[in-house]
Amino acid sequence: MKIWLGDTMTGLRASYLRELRAYFATPLAYVFIAIFLMMLGFFTWEASRFFDTGAADLQPFFYWHPWLFMIFLPALSMRLWADEGADGTAELLLSLPMTITGLAAGKLLAAWTVAGLSLVFTFPMWITVNYLGSPDNASILLTYAMSLVMAGAYLSIGAAVSALVNSQVLAYIIGVVIAFIFTAAGWPMVTGAVAGLLGAGVGDLVAQFSFLTHFETAERGVLEFRSFLFFIGFVAMWLALNVIWVSQRRSAAR
Amino acid sequence: MLELKQLAKSFGEHKAVDSVSFTLNKGEVLGFLGPNGAGKSTTMRMVAGVIEPDRGDVLISGNSVISQRREAQRRLGYLPEGAPLYRDMTPVEFLKFMAAAHDLTRAERNAAIDRVIADARIANVASRRIGNLSKGYRRRVGLAGSLLHDPDVLVLDEPTDGLDPIQKRAVRALIARMAPEKAILISTHTLEEVPAMCNRAIVIDRGRIVADGTPESLASQNPGGLEETFIKLTEASESEAA
Repeated sequence: MKIWLGDTMTGLRASYLRELRAYFATPLAYVFIAIFLMMLGFFTWEASRFFDTGAADLQPFFYWHPWLFMIFLPALSMRLWADEGADGTAELLLSLPMTITGLAAGKLLAAWTVAGLSLVFTFPMWITVNYLGSPDNASILLTYAMSLVMAGAYLSIGAAVSALVNSQVLAYIIGVVIAFIFTAAGWPMVTGAVAGLLGAGVGDLVAQFSFLTHFETAERGVLEFRSFLFFIGFVAMWLALNVIWVSQRRSAAR
Repeated sequence: MLELKQLAKSFGEHKAVDSVSFTLNKGEVLGFLGPNGAGKSTTMRMVAGVIEPDRGDVLISGNSVISQRREAQRRLGYLPEGAPLYRDMTPVEFLKFMAAAHDLTRAERNAAIDRVIADARIANVASRRIGNLSKGYRRRVGLAGSLLHDPDVLVLDEPTDGLDPIQKRAVRALIARMAPEKAILISTHTLEEVPAMCNRAIVIDRGRIVADGTPESLASQNPGGLEETFIKLTEASESEAA
């Protein structure tokens, strides 16, 4: 057990540093952050009419996080394992004395760090509301924290999917589709349709698995521990799937 | 140092490796020969712990790749077929990654990196991107990575493939220098290299060992030398396939 933990930490550190380097060695991270910020700005200012709400808070900004994460974060995670498969470096990786759990966690954390950095660079929004009025900064910080945790949940889907296919494009598309399912499940349009079809109880149940539902309370600045646990549990589950899918390479089942 | 016990692996119906056993001692450089698809790479991947065998076991310095996989892997240096590398890294960054993977301390790491850069003769490309390097340099970077932690057992899948004659000679010299301290398993297509590089040769065909001996003894089985022996031993599969 002690050796397992040591080899897991070794794997985590080695792959985290490598992946973080890889994001910034290519223009990927810079382009990602720039486009993400542009889109978030566009939706907040134009689509949500930030100024017209007349309230000094960031609700019109946070509202778009799940939807933008759904489209953007699979682009960060798609390369994590798909590239290892396509370039044959998975072969090298699996010959090294590290656990797959450590490797998978390191990769996920590297992508998570880039996502976190993107959130940090949204600080002008926060400065703007503080300039315009006096918002509740504690609740804004809380919403940011929850958004970061939710980003991890989106990334964990994409990372696991990228272990299944050797093509980044395929990993992206499948990642977005699964992310869409877990996002839209809480969309009134979808929950309404499900409730109409299968009864209100089922509609509520489906909504319980949606990121929208769990992020909604945080958007209002309320910390619901249940939602925090949901996202953490979600990450743990997809990380486990990720480990299983990579391990299957070792048994050469695929 | 390296022991293979009745190793077997099938992919679906196809028996890639069918009960391969041999022992390799310190100081031995084993040339692993066989036609394409004979099971060389599959055997080496099982030795490296990359894929799990269906049956059998591999012991690396007494550690089983099945039950103590990572302990075994600590004592192994592996160069996969085609020397896959991270293209976005420089050789130095790649070697740092390998050092992290083997959990070397900072002092060990810097000494080891200097040593393998000199051994593999990659000092002049050490800070260029791997993606921009020639095939020969990439192979040597991969080789440097497999030597970094000074393993007991080296498994090199076609280390000289794609190298020019000068580079081949350099790799051979490097292997000869390391040979007394290690057990080395090398697969190759180039039969002429075997007497120059190896002091033992095994021919496998359709997943089974069909010959095991010194390169000289294999060559003397036929007036045509090693190449004739190799063709004689493996032609059965060719005619069957045809």
